Amino acid sequence: MAFQILLNVFIAITWMFLSVSFKPTTFIIGYILGLLMLLMLRKSFSSRFYLDRIWAVIKLAFLFLKELTLSNFSVLMLIIKPKMPIRPAIFAMPTVLEKDWEITLLSNLITLTPGTIVIDVSDDNKTLYIHSIDFDNVDEAINSIKETFEKAILEVSRS
Amino acid sequence: MTVIANILIIATISFGTIFILVTALGLIRLPDAYSRAHAASKSATLGIMSILLGVFFHFWLKEGIFNSRILLGIVFLFVTGPVGGHMMGRAAYLSGVKLWDKSVRDDLAEVVKKKREQQ
Repeated sequence: MAFQILLNVFIAITWMFLSVSFKPTTFIIGYILGLLMLLMLRKSFSSRFYLDRIWAVIKLAFLFLKELTLSNFSVLMLIIKPKMPIRPAIFAMPTVLEKDWEITLLSNLITLTPGTIVIDVSDDNKTLYIHSIDFDNVDEAINSIKETFEKAILEVSRS
Repeated sequence: MTVIANILIIATISFGTIFILVTALGLIRLPDAYSRAHAASKSATLGIMSILLGVFFHFWLKEGIFNSRILLGIVFLFVTGPVGGHMMGRAAYLSGVKLWDKSVRDDLAEVVKKKREQQ
């Protein structure tokens, strides 16, 4: 991915040299032309086209903002109920993510979303121990995390 | 235009203030350390981010000053808030703070016990 961005900047600079004008607008035009070239030549790279990945990152960010707002409303609802009908629990969640940054990202996302906080990560990086504030069913809780965040992170990191 | 700016500023700042209030209420009302970490790490992060966003909009739209330090502050809070919540929860668990007695399940207990025995 970094190589493709570097190549794109290089094409833009070449465009500036070709048109003998060193202004930001020329750079932007050259960058867009380079983007088209890379799009046509995307079969020859070993990794996928880098705009795909940037698009996945943007989608992840919006998913995250949505979940953050929802989680805060759910905490609000819990707190203003007079009887406090909560059932806290710590459950284990297996994860398929492998790299350190993916696991850090996943646990940050889990911590900021509805009713869950990561308490511990196992030594072999395969299980997350999650404290849930209002717990009904393990499978449901695990599935909802897997369906949203793990999938989105995998979408970003797949080569 | 100024009406929209005013609405934006007032909405973000009051939204943030409400969630700071939620944090404070949650810290008082929730039963144990871990449930309190929920209120403290989520609502406080969103509340402060939202207030900072309101301040940023005020200075940008009203006074014409684009202050990028506020944006950096939002990003830093966003990154460090959940890590702080996690560290407090983990430290509490490993030093033996008990869960609330109505908790339904605890998968971590056996793992920590096994690790203690090995040492």
